[in-house]
Amino acid sequence: MSNAPVDSGRRRFLTATTAVVGGAGCAFAAVPFIASWNPSAKAKAAGAPVEVDISKLEPGQLIRVDWRGQPVWVVNRTQAALDELKAVEDQLKDPASDEPQQPEFAKNQYRSLKPEILVAVGLCTHLGCSPTYLPDTFGEQVSGVKSGFFCPCHGSKFDMAGRVFQNVPAGLNLVIPPYTFVDDTTILVGVEEGAA
Amino acid sequence: MKGLMDWIEARLPFMEAMNKHVIQYPAPKNFNFWYFFGSLAMLVLVNQIVTGIWLTMNYVPSGEGAFASIEYIMRDVDYGWLLRYMHSTGASAFFVVVYLHMFRGMMYGSYQKPRELLWLFGMLIFLVLMAEAFMGYLLPWGQMSFWGAQVIISLFGAIPWIGDDLTLWIRGDYVISGATLNRFFALHVIALPLVLVVLVFLHILALHEVGSNNPEGIDIKKPKGSVPEGEKSPFKFHARYDKYDIVDAVPFHPYYTVKDIMGVAGFLILFCYVIFFAPEMGGYFLEKPNFEAANPLKTPEHIAPVWYFTSFYAILRAIPHKLMGVVGMGAAIVVLFLLPWLDRCKVKSVKYRSIWHKLNLTQFVICFIILGILGAIPATPGRTLLAQITTFGYFAFFALLWFYSKNEKCKPVPERISK
Repeated sequence: MSNAPVDSGRRRFLTATTAVVGGAGCAFAAVPFIASWNPSAKAKAAGAPVEVDISKLEPGQLIRVDWRGQPVWVVNRTQAALDELKAVEDQLKDPASDEPQQPEFAKNQYRSLKPEILVAVGLCTHLGCSPTYLPDTFGEQVSGVKSGFFCPCHGSKFDMAGRVFQNVPAGLNLVIPPYTFVDDTTILVGVEEGAA
Repeated sequence: MKGLMDWIEARLPFMEAMNKHVIQYPAPKNFNFWYFFGSLAMLVLVNQIVTGIWLTMNYVPSGEGAFASIEYIMRDVDYGWLLRYMHSTGASAFFVVVYLHMFRGMMYGSYQKPRELLWLFGMLIFLVLMAEAFMGYLLPWGQMSFWGAQVIISLFGAIPWIGDDLTLWIRGDYVISGATLNRFFALHVIALPLVLVVLVFLHILALHEVGSNNPEGIDIKKPKGSVPEGEKSPFKFHARYDKYDIVDAVPFHPYYTVKDIMGVAGFLILFCYVIFFAPEMGGYFLEKPNFEAANPLKTPEHIAPVWYFTSFYAILRAIPHKLMGVVGMGAAIVVLFLLPWLDRCKVKSVKYRSIWHKLNLTQFVICFIILGILGAIPATPGRTLLAQITTFGYFAFFALLWFYSKNEKCKPVPERISK
């Protein structure tokens, strides 16, 4: 054994560098534990596009389909509902759809490809509840407006294009998913025109 | 027998630890009703762990099997209904005793110096307990499990920039799914209980280092040599307390073990009444929509958390802005952590503090209860206004406390508990 005097500077250096290397090792070792919480390959595969047949969709009717486990609404809007969209604009937070809550193709006054067909993810942008479709009784929530969506959880209100009203907890319009028309009566939810 | 005890003692200081923490541990002689709830919280923790282990023996943690396995436990497993009701009632009982335990600390200033760290450990226990209860509530995979979790996890989505990725990471799927259920199960039955038990251990160690407070807020440890021999506590305490003169104290065992057993008896009468006659407690302990299996496409008419979260939930709803609502709810809990530093008064017990403090504490309790009621019922404009007023009252308690406590006019505090 050597009796050389203790070099405390060297000892500190070695302690510090060992701690740094050990810390880096711990950080790398944490990667699999954290990354394993991401959606699995199976969950990602389940996010494949779904086809919706709208040939039997009556005017005013709403159907729900399951896409990535989320409720997607397809609504056949009546002419009266479309006329209301213009009238409510001054009561909305984002009437022109400036926030990126929709694909480029839906950034128009109807937020849709075809004016009468609305396709939207039926989850409130506040805390993810599924709002209730009120085709005739929405006037109880916003006077003078016949139809819209009302979230039962915290009272957020949306018009027939999924645009959010002012003075409610939700801050953003409903999300419009990417979709395309395969033919006149079939919608493919999950892919955009040209992307498939 | 003596030989065996000595043999063990030489290798593991068991009796030494028992003497230090139980048999010869000096506790103030004036503990009242409010001092039941610490030991009751430990009792409920044991109940949750034991019944929880037994429930896992028949529970199936998967999106397909969970709901059916709960029905199986309730109908086909011998005494499965009892084990489940003990666990579900235990969850609510846990919050009852913990809220009363926390209120005791606030009344008697038990968070003040030198018990700040003790209070922080207690708050961490409260935080972990909330996470534990939230994750446990997802496991039956009923409608309220599903949509309640959807709402709470979405709270993280309010965080700027990383919110959406964070919620995706927590769920492990694009919506709440079996993946979420399985990870919550793992956290609920292994990770968080371990953390909870360690925190309870640290809470008690920290308590025994500084000693218990009491309803008078008067310290039972006096400087060595300051008390005449005849006035010291006549009991023998552990040698580690020899550095003080101990007054107005009794050994924890048998005096408080017996008192706590009395509390346990009273508690069990109420607890068993609920288990056997009102396990759903009118929809407040087990909510009605949860008797329907989770359906991701349909939200129940009215979503409310279980009663023990409703006060904080009402604060969330009262603020008409997504991010600020979440911040407000978080702040309501964070501000409790800061209590030892917000209260600058040197007098501990509410008995000797000013009328302002008594009124402030009263209005805080009233606001908390009103918020709790509002959070359980649907929002209307009038109720939202009331929630905003009581949210203001909740936070005003802490702000006012900070202002008046610096130069508060308190009554003179006696030197000794019994004088």
